[in-house]
Amino acid sequence: MALLEVKDLHTSFFTDAGEVRAVNGVSFTLERGKILGIVGESGSGKSVTAYSIMQILAAAGKIVSGSIKLDGQELVGAGEKVMKEVRGNRISIIFQDPMTSLNPTYTIGQQLMEAIHLHTDRDKQQSWDRAVEMLRLVNVNDPEKRMKQYPHELSGGMRQRVMIAMALACEPDILIADEPTTALDVTIQAGILELMKDIQSKIGMAIIMITHDLGVVAQLCDEVIVMYAGGICEQGTADEIFYNPCHEYTKGLLRSIPTADDSGDRLEPISGTPIDLLNMPKGCPFAPRCDNAMKICMREHCEKMTINENHSAACWMNVRKAVKGE
Amino acid sequence: MSTNKTSEQPLIEVRNLKQYFNINAGFFKSIPLKAVDDISFTIREGETLGLVGESGCGKTTAGRTILHLYKPTAGEIIYRGKSIKTAKDIEEFRKKATMVFQDPYSSLDPRMTVADIIGEPLDVHHMYKSEQERRDKILELMEHVGLNSEHAARYAHEFSGGQRQRVGIARSLAVDPDFIVCDEPVSALDVSIQAQVINMFDELQSKMGLTYLFIAHDLLVVRHISDRIAVMYLGRMVELADAADIYERPLHPYSKALISAVPVPDPKVARANKRIALSGEIPSPLNAPSGCPFHTRCPYAQPRCAESMPEFKEVEKGRFVACHRTEEINS
Ligand SMILES: Nc1ncnc2c1ncn2[C@@H]1O[C@H](COP(=O)(O)OP(=O)(O)OP(=O)(O)O)[C@@H](O)[C@H]1O
Ligand SMILES: Nc1ncnc2c1ncn2[C@@H]1O[C@H](COP(=O)(O)OP(=O)(O)O)[C@@H](O)[C@H]1O
Ligand code: SF4
Ligand code: SF4
Ligand SMILES: [Mg+2]
Ligand SMILES: [Mg+2]
Repeated sequence: MALLEVKDLHTSFFTDAGEVRAVNGVSFTLERGKILGIVGESGSGKSVTAYSIMQILAAAGKIVSGSIKLDGQELVGAGEKVMKEVRGNRISIIFQDPMTSLNPTYTIGQQLMEAIHLHTDRDKQQSWDRAVEMLRLVNVNDPEKRMKQYPHELSGGMRQRVMIAMALACEPDILIADEPTTALDVTIQAGILELMKDIQSKIGMAIIMITHDLGVVAQLCDEVIVMYAGGICEQGTADEIFYNPCHEYTKGLLRSIPTADDSGDRLEPISGTPIDLLNMPKGCPFAPRCDNAMKICMREHCEKMTINENHSAACWMNVRKAVKGE
Repeated sequence: MSTNKTSEQPLIEVRNLKQYFNINAGFFKSIPLKAVDDISFTIREGETLGLVGESGCGKTTAGRTILHLYKPTAGEIIYRGKSIKTAKDIEEFRKKATMVFQDPYSSLDPRMTVADIIGEPLDVHHMYKSEQERRDKILELMEHVGLNSEHAARYAHEFSGGQRQRVGIARSLAVDPDFIVCDEPVSALDVSIQAQVINMFDELQSKMGLTYLFIAHDLLVVRHISDRIAVMYLGRMVELADAADIYERPLHPYSKALISAVPVPDPKVARANKRIALSGEIPSPLNAPSGCPFHTRCPYAQPRCAESMPEFKEVEKGRFVACHRTEEINS
């Protein structure tokens, strides 16, 4: 049984302007010990997917349909009591901006100990020891001294590592990291990614890594989901996505970024502007920006198609390839 | 982009530039924060010089001080062979040297129309004789950056990030500059939009012969757009070289670590990459280490590194490095 199984998830926000279908039929499974990357442009539904799993959506947001199973247990409709337990002990989340989740008025130690105390039955002394151990694990120097400091006294990279320590304190089965390094410098980012990979292999948890940085995905992830307009356009192993992309959006994304052996030639941008979820086209949501759009693309949404056992994509081009025997 | 169209003639020469901010240390005492500490380099006409380094190392401050948006604490800016000194020099220089900012969301006044945002520098510098001329100039600028004339009457907040950045660039072009400091101009944009804006910088450069100082933290973007790249650490320049050279064969220990940390969008390359982990935190510029500013984190540091400051010197033709051990560690 998969550790996490998400099936046909639909999440909407009910706003004055209408229903915003932020997540529109997302399905994937996550196995124990794997690192799954979710990429896509801003507004494509990455965070809302994560918040749906945690059931921490804003008031206007609601899981409209679908299923989310953790070790076979259905979470959609399971109630707040179950979710509290899940959030406390099974799935942790790290947010992009560590200041939004660290309380400025408490010391690092108080916050870490609180998290540990809440989720385990350790007493005060044991919580202290564990907190120091966690800080050491995430390479925060002088952990005893840091315990007594306030968040604003630490650098951005250090705060992010404290967040990771906090998220790991309850030894979750799944760590969701929502753009955890976007605000950091590359040298600090490299350290944090290495650290996550290291801890992941030590304690065997699974990670969902949300990012818009394809470099981060290449470095860290076993599997990748590419999202566009609330849906999954392509998913597969990292090698399949990078070396055999089968959706025009993924191809465009890979063509538009400078690479390691950049020649300085013109980049090939994706044309047009990002999608407006309140104004979705009828067929393939990428069709208005797709250079290869065909008639059928405007008419009909393409269902997920299997490319091989490690790879699927929702793009009509694959049918054309199949028909032409390419 | 390509080196062949840049001339050997320096457009901008920066000599021993310093920018110290006075920080209140209580009890009426203040201590200097050395945001930029003695940097010297030249930018050739038509060239793009990339400027990289960790957050807080002084990139923005360097850019702003070069433009005299901050009064330099010490040092000299020489534009086309002439030192910028008097108020009049500065005023003239501001028509030739402008800046594009990082955040297209906050750098434009949301209550102004696009036409007025772009036209403002024209007003400030009295650069037209009639309303008609002003209008024509604005429309021409909009065309340069790929905006429609129908966008002119709309407000900045109605635009997407990529479009706002175009508005910001059109505005910085209004005075007809030949030098632009681009401070993280694509960082706030979505990946799919970044390429459009980067290409636009390229096209404007070849069309108008512009010279750029391009500040960014994405090293792959910087390498793509730059002819040469300068690396800063704690207010100092530690290496300056050809973009391809520095990327393939960084000589300074800090450049080596920085480049090894670049997340490469290619799984096989990324897995094979050996990243150089730096220990320790970035020191505060209020309390910079003695000697070589990098010695507290440098894997090659020796006792002498804490004692004396390495000179920023030419180690190969056109290649500058500030490290006592350049020859030893790179042979
Ligand atoms: N107006 C100011 N007053 C005091 N200190 C300042 C001021 N502007 C910048 N600094 C300090 O100068 C140093 C360099 O800042 P600067 O903004 O140039 O960094 P940067 O390299 O552009 O960083 P980033 O990548 O985060 O934009 C920092 O320590 C910063 O806190
Ligand atoms: N609280 C909210 N109210 C209304 N719409 C929201 C809210 N949060 C997110 N959305 C919308 O849901 C869509 C997906 O957002 P999100 O998942 O945050 O994107 P990203 O992929 O950048 O993480 C966007 O169109 C966003 O505007
Ligand atoms: S389905 Fe059609 S429009 Fe959509 S990405 Fe594929 S080719 Fe383009
Ligand atoms: S001078 Fe010494 S500390 Fe500085 S970079 Fe060179 S080897 Fe490292
Ligand atoms: Mg998000
Ligand atoms: Mg800056």
